[in-house]
Amino acid sequence: MSTATSPTPTAAEGSGTDSSNPGLKNVTLYRLLSIAGVFVAWEIAGMVPISVAFPTFSDTILAFVEMTADGRMISAYAETLKPLAVGVFISGFFGIAIGVGMGLNRLFQWMWEPIFVVLQASPVAALIPLITYAYGIGLTAKTVAVIILAAPIIVLNTYKAVRNASPNLIQMSRSFQGTRLQEVMKVIIPNAAPVIFAGLRLGVAAGFIGVILAELLITPTGIGDIISYHRSVAEYAHMYAAVFSIIVFSAVMIGLLEKVETNYFRPEKKKGQ
Amino acid sequence: MTSATAMSAPSDTQTQSSDNIVEVRNITKFYGSDIHALDSVNLGFPTGQMTTLLGPSGCGKTTLLKIVAGLLEPTSGEVFVKGKQVTGPGPERAFVFQDFALLPWATVLRNVAFGLELTHKPKAEREEKARHYINEVGLSGFEEKYPHELSGGMRQRVGLARALAVNADVLLMDEPFSAVDEQTRRKFQEDLLHLLSVEKKSVIFVTHSIEEAVYVSDQIVLLSPRPGRIHSIIRPEITRTANPDDIRRDKVYLDIVEEIWNNLRKYLD
Repeated sequence: MSTATSPTPTAAEGSGTDSSNPGLKNVTLYRLLSIAGVFVAWEIAGMVPISVAFPTFSDTILAFVEMTADGRMISAYAETLKPLAVGVFISGFFGIAIGVGMGLNRLFQWMWEPIFVVLQASPVAALIPLITYAYGIGLTAKTVAVIILAAPIIVLNTYKAVRNASPNLIQMSRSFQGTRLQEVMKVIIPNAAPVIFAGLRLGVAAGFIGVILAELLITPTGIGDIISYHRSVAEYAHMYAAVFSIIVFSAVMIGLLEKVETNYFRPEKKKGQ
Repeated sequence: MTSATAMSAPSDTQTQSSDNIVEVRNITKFYGSDIHALDSVNLGFPTGQMTTLLGPSGCGKTTLLKIVAGLLEPTSGEVFVKGKQVTGPGPERAFVFQDFALLPWATVLRNVAFGLELTHKPKAEREEKARHYINEVGLSGFEEKYPHELSGGMRQRVGLARALAVNADVLLMDEPFSAVDEQTRRKFQEDLLHLLSVEKKSVIFVTHSIEEAVYVSDQIVLLSPRPGRIHSIIRPEITRTANPDDIRRDKVYLDIVEEIWNNLRKYLD
């Protein structure tokens, strides 16, 4: 078979990497244009104004710069990130472990599935008073709020991804005498990784919702405090600056998670870019 | 090229059992309680030869292959490999999958070495073996590519290299060329025959293509459908030293294709 494939390789090689590149520059340009468009629309809507409680984009940015300069924004983030980081870490670590367990073992699935389905379906704002009865108003309660929002999404996505791992690849592993452990570590989990990561991204986004909800509903601290304080004194530019910054922060975190995924877990995707 | 010899099933299986590397005895397979896939199949697969399981869809040919591979359990009956009964996958058999079954996140090199990775061979050793077989199937230079960067035919070459790398005596090939276009398929068949003449493997090959079966096989087992039974066994005695294009135009080749077609067409209504 030494003379085999001289015509085929070039054909496949050409289609692989080169064709996707020419459009890339334009994509970045369109993204920037889209973002600029939103900011311009925001500025105009603020100048009209559509409501006295709706500041312009430039006022919002000024308020953000002011609060960053006097350190309020930074200490607020330090406060907000504590329950968020702890909650997201616990949800990610145990969520993936429980999800993998549920995907591999029916008994484990029956044990855990109802809890997470109920949690996912329930309106968490309504559960927050219950959390304060059980855990008070401190860091624990806020961490629990983050976990309640983030964990079900991570668990259920991981479980579905593992359960639906490609039967062909599993059969392949078995045919080459792979053990059950090798099958799980070398085939099932890498095969499930894209969906697990999708769940992780959604879970982190939900964690942001959870922490802000907790800061608004339990005790005002961190970013939640900035939002509720400036609303109460009608400094809407400052309130919007806090809301806007948390959205940007959340988007950046989710983007970073995607980078981690492509760099360390999906080498073939990295190469394709 | 001498003429083909067609024999009925029972007389063939009882003879020369010591020359058979794989034997199946009284294999019956039910899926659930009502789907009868195979009905007491007795069959010998001669050492160093290529045996093709051929039949219309639903005749249980892939089921039989997966039972031999140890990937499916027969409802009753036994499988013997080199005289020993087997009940699961083993190192003496390697499988080539219809849909390639490559790890999309692994390079060609790691995919080819995957069978050796599972049996804990040292990294240097398994990569050296993998490189050798990547070269054998004509893919050198593609070691660091990922499956999605390859064409269908090249992916199946990776699947074949992976099966060769574990150095099994028996290759089990489940319609390996069905997901490959016709031109690539012909080239692949020729390359496969060439490679097998070097590697001295015994092959069990499943296909639904009559031409493919006659072109590549030493022995063709025709299966009849629902439940799968051996209809007949044909040995197309074609001299493979001739030019591939001459073989495809040869009268013996065409006659056997015609004969098999006449046998199979009655199952089509």
